[in-house]
Amino acid sequence: MKRNTLVAMLRDMLLARAFEERAAREYTRGNIAGFLHLYPGEEAVAVGVLHAAEPSDYVVSTYREHVHALVRGVPPGKVMAELFGRRDGCSGGMGGSMHLFDRERRFMGGYAIVGETYPVSIGIAYGIAMRELPEAVICFFGDGAVNQGTFHESLNMAALWKLPVLFVCENNRYQIGTEIHRHSAVTEVYKRACGYRIPAERINGMDVMDVYKATQSALQRIREGTGPQFLEIETYRFRGHSMADPGSYRPKVEVQAFQDEDPVTVVLEETVPDYPSAEHLSAIGKDNIEHLSGHIHREGFLSADQVERMRREIADTVENAVQFALNSPEPSMTDALAALHSNRGQEVLI
Amino acid sequence: MASEVLLWQALNQAMDVEMEADDSVFTFGEDVALYGGSYRVTENLYAKYGEWRVRDTPISEGSFTGLGVGAAMIGLRPVVEIMTVNFALLALDAIINMAAKIPFMSGGQFPMPLVVRMPGGVAKQLAAQHSQRLEHTLMNVPGLRIATPATPQDAWWQLRQAIQSNEPIILLEHELLYFSKGKLDTAMEAIPMHRAVVRREGRDLTLISYSRTSLLAWQAADRLAAEGIEAEVIDLRGLSPIDWDTCAASLGKTHRLLVVEEDCGFAGAGAEIAATLAERCFYDLDAPVRRHAGLDIPTPYNGTLEAASIPTVSSIMAAARQLALEGVDA
Repeated sequence: MKRNTLVAMLRDMLLARAFEERAAREYTRGNIAGFLHLYPGEEAVAVGVLHAAEPSDYVVSTYREHVHALVRGVPPGKVMAELFGRRDGCSGGMGGSMHLFDRERRFMGGYAIVGETYPVSIGIAYGIAMRELPEAVICFFGDGAVNQGTFHESLNMAALWKLPVLFVCENNRYQIGTEIHRHSAVTEVYKRACGYRIPAERINGMDVMDVYKATQSALQRIREGTGPQFLEIETYRFRGHSMADPGSYRPKVEVQAFQDEDPVTVVLEETVPDYPSAEHLSAIGKDNIEHLSGHIHREGFLSADQVERMRREIADTVENAVQFALNSPEPSMTDALAALHSNRGQEVLI
Repeated sequence: MASEVLLWQALNQAMDVEMEADDSVFTFGEDVALYGGSYRVTENLYAKYGEWRVRDTPISEGSFTGLGVGAAMIGLRPVVEIMTVNFALLALDAIINMAAKIPFMSGGQFPMPLVVRMPGGVAKQLAAQHSQRLEHTLMNVPGLRIATPATPQDAWWQLRQAIQSNEPIILLEHELLYFSKGKLDTAMEAIPMHRAVVRREGRDLTLISYSRTSLLAWQAADRLAAEGIEAEVIDLRGLSPIDWDTCAASLGKTHRLLVVEEDCGFAGAGAEIAATLAERCFYDLDAPVRRHAGLDIPTPYNGTLEAASIPTVSSIMAAARQLALEGVDA
């Protein structure tokens, strides 16, 4: 894999981690309110998938979407300002953490009703197919979203009409507090795509290079006109579901296992024999950022000093984003009404 | 040029004209293509425009309505047909959480030129799950517009206006009106989409209604004239927004208001109309605002009970007579 791609992905992963940790801090300070769903642990998914996409592709995301927006190129200040509910936020302060939008970057929104990203994605893809354009739609969703009716409805239509959609399941094993073995009869999510004859594979989401390569080839097949593709990417969130959730339903050893660099088989066998399976956990192994920076270092792409300098630059970027958000004014009710009627133009209704 | 057409034919012509004029207009739903639509509204369009623009869908209301939302976000002009309003309950997430909110939540970044057509109302013994009215639910959603064409002329105008608009619009069509005949002048300039129309002038009381019951109110008013009661009849033509000025002007003249609706009375469209006009026109009124609505009951299958559950010409006449006399010294 090319050095530049890897370094760019590392930068985005470090930015993602730093941005989210800062968001958590700003939440406890009271600068961010409402629901705040953070991404640490899952960085390799958004970064690997979106680095393999073209700027002309569309991205439809969930309520845990800050990092998808950042990787897509939405300026960190505009994302942070949106979390702060300010006028310069990427949704003008009307959307908040769960509803980031950026039309220019074809970032088609964060959706907070589980299972909404499928129909939006097939709608955009229908337009692309109707116009015979070489574009694709990347549709993100979690493992908890695959039991929603729209999953089955939309996969069926996508396959039926060969729509250019890449379905990306971010399988972090939990629908809020319910572990996948307790919410799904079939826990190998990718197998469900077979029911609609959509080619699907399961990818290690702790390895950004695997994610990148799998996405690249899936998008290539989509652009060849073969219809939708499906990736199940196994990942893990280090934090609770949202800032309101300490995540106490998860065995400490499980959380530790994903965060730890050391093999975990033994300790798991002693404590929680089959839940989740030890092989499963050890296959995923460790923090995805450590994994990537270790690789980059071993390949001689960047020295430890260079990585450290990158971290400092990112710390400045995040600090500037917070300052940008703090300096942005509150939106007015006039702004809100303008957003509501933004599509009315000169139309006379009465 | 004016001609006599059925209401479905007016809708069909409107679809054809708009699809011809703009290749971003496309339509889809259950049986709209090969079959031509349950009420024939999309007849012949499949042959003319092909499968990408006239698409039969699986029975998946939630996702195909959401498909319309996604397509509208990139500037296409989808016209979704939901076979009946009753099935739209499965599509409410797409309509309420997505179509109505995306332009707002995105800070005004995305267009939403989405039209969702849904036949509804009480037809002929279709039983409780196929006889619903949903206007009360949809009216309570900021960001949605609702039109209720009752004549072929309005059907022609309002469907075309809805397709041309960049806002999400619901067309509530009444199942008993598709085969009703009326004049259609395709050359006549359209009036604004949500302007109310005075169907009949009167001095003694105002009947405000929409969709099929506005036609029943009109018939009732014509008959009441023989009894010496002159009722003014207003067809709202839409339920969001509502043309309050036309209503208030009428009450300034008649001083009495009877709201007529087919939907259940409790928390329905009529409640909003009555409350707003009572607030606005209180000092113009000579009697309390009255509502004549459908009974608060799921629609019975039995034909006699079904008929008794919604306003009829004679029940409207009775309610109007009572209101005309209320507070008048004998």
